[in-house]
Amino acid sequence: MPAPYEQGIHETLGDQRLQAAVYASTGRLASHRRAVVSTDALPDFEDLRTQGNLIKKHAIENLDYYLEQFEANATAHSAKVIWARDAAAAVEFVAGLAKEKGARLIVKSKSMTTEEIELNERLTHHGLDPVETDLGEFIIQLAHQRPYHIVAPALHLTRFDVAEVFTKHLGVERETEIGKQTKIARGVLRERFLAAGIGISGANFLIADSGAIVVVENEGNARLTTTAPRVHVAIAGIEKVIPRAQDLAVFLKLLGRSATGQPLTVYTSFLAGPRRSGEIDGPDEVYIVLLDSGRTRLLADREKRQSLYCIRCGACLNHCPVYRKIGGHNYPWVYSGPIGAVITPQFRGVLNEPWLPFASSLCGACAEVCPVKIDLPKLLLDLRSEVNQAKTRAGKNRLERLGFKLWAWVMRHPAIYQLSGLVASAILPDGGRWISKLPGLLNQGPARAWLSQRDLPPVSKSFHQMWRERRKGAAQ
Amino acid sequence: MTARESVLRDIRAALGREAGQAPAPAPPSRIRIPESEVDARIESLFRSLEKLAGRTYLALSPEDARNFVAEVICGEPSVASNAPILREWGIAGLPSVATGFQDREALQAACAAAAFGITSADYALADTGTLVMIASPEEARLVSLLPPVHIAVIPRARILTGLDELLSILPHPADLTSSMVLITGPSRTADIEQILVRGVHGPGEIHVIVV
Repeated sequence: MPAPYEQGIHETLGDQRLQAAVYASTGRLASHRRAVVSTDALPDFEDLRTQGNLIKKHAIENLDYYLEQFEANATAHSAKVIWARDAAAAVEFVAGLAKEKGARLIVKSKSMTTEEIELNERLTHHGLDPVETDLGEFIIQLAHQRPYHIVAPALHLTRFDVAEVFTKHLGVERETEIGKQTKIARGVLRERFLAAGIGISGANFLIADSGAIVVVENEGNARLTTTAPRVHVAIAGIEKVIPRAQDLAVFLKLLGRSATGQPLTVYTSFLAGPRRSGEIDGPDEVYIVLLDSGRTRLLADREKRQSLYCIRCGACLNHCPVYRKIGGHNYPWVYSGPIGAVITPQFRGVLNEPWLPFASSLCGACAEVCPVKIDLPKLLLDLRSEVNQAKTRAGKNRLERLGFKLWAWVMRHPAIYQLSGLVASAILPDGGRWISKLPGLLNQGPARAWLSQRDLPPVSKSFHQMWRERRKGAAQ
Repeated sequence: MTARESVLRDIRAALGREAGQAPAPAPPSRIRIPESEVDARIESLFRSLEKLAGRTYLALSPEDARNFVAEVICGEPSVASNAPILREWGIAGLPSVATGFQDREALQAACAAAAFGITSADYALADTGTLVMIASPEEARLVSLLPPVHIAVIPRARILTGLDELLSILPHPADLTSSMVLITGPSRTADIEQILVRGVHGPGEIHVIVV
């Protein structure tokens, strides 16, 4: 029996329509990016990446200082800062606030952090009605799915899928034209914006020297979410803090370009507390939830803490040959692609989904495009080694270790190595494919795991053999 | 121990830092401002906006700007912000334009029903085609957000080269306002099949008039 994740991957690989949709969409995002980061379009892009990396490194290495500075400045602008150890604490806070305000309807703008803590599902259990307002998120919330991609949550769905979702859940006439589908969503959501008691957003950046949050988006739904309701709650991971407003001169140039190939996204909101005296609109109350939920644990690892630099642009997904084939839903958590493969084991334990760091060809495309220069392939290698160490501790890979010991021993003894080559060419005429058809002992554990993803190379004459024959020929 | 204390304690333990310990010097800010004459900035602003399907107009006088706005709104219900130049130049006084809102509810209702929202902008960024909107008693947030078309009228002196110049003039925007929004083109999405659609939740059409 294949493992459940293998089953899922095989289904995705066999789904021609899905393969085409994912390949085309990620390809388009990648080509949009290429057009705006070329040397012609932006000569100092590489310098910006270096700066982005340095600033993030500095902020993460002095995280306590910048969080306290952020808190002090946000409080000075009358925002309230809430520290949440885990998902449950964040959800409890929001649910309690909603009860206090008598708000059942909650509008939400897109946020991976709230996906991570399954906020919608949990708020629903509290009898609340959270509504996603980003078009892609709105569609997948209706379809009861989780995001397929960090920046394009409904990337796997076609207009025909959307037509079906809208007919089923909104009770509208079947509509397959994308422009008209967008209008339907606008109409439905406009009412919700104006009726909601609370708006919940994420934050792309927390600005320490300003006590402000920055939210970037294209649709205007995040502006509405943070403007129309009387109460605004922003939920952000503690790693989102950067020192200065001026650092936006680096990060905004990197983020839009890397995500969707836009020099700037349509809306960038820099928000500091509730509306001030004289300001006509905007929320009366602002709460900022600073979420840990595993981040401090990750911080303790000197090398791997760089995965906290991530600004969630999704470029590593679009350029990953594995993501582009297996898609977003075969990753075990909301974060998919190379960055998902790196942070998921760190948040949920390396033995939770031990295959994940191995699901990469280590081609390095992700590291090449990462706007803050996270060394993703290196981190995947580190995690592989951690998985194996953990397995050893748990005694889970004895057979595989024995195999490698045997191999090492054979490699150190040339005579036996040559002999085994001869034996192999005698018993593996079809490249070993018959092993996977074997019942019993040979076809299990490590042998099956190896051969399920790989073909053995055809066995031919060894270099030793050829060399000997050549010398014989030359001597004659 | 509060959540705040325990999170900060764990961060410090992970990083080997003490409470109250000053950080190492931060990498210097990276602000690069190119030299550019005002005419070149206008040209660049318009080029960037047009690439995003924004409409542009260079008005030779305030009167020219007012006539242009009157032509665009064509007597349809509109809301103008309280920006002084809109009043001084007679734009807020055009027939079919409601203005002077101080009350939030009244403003929201008017914006939700209006065909056009008319604002000024504190700055524009030439290299990206961006309007910089700073919330204040003169500029409410919803005027540039709820109506399906946004019209912005700005004096040419307010056109900056780009984001870097903005952040060097305003290194601390939070001192001024609760909300500074950069608007770069009409509202858009590509969430279905990566096909571009304009006007999702914000305005699908944007007109920028430089005077």
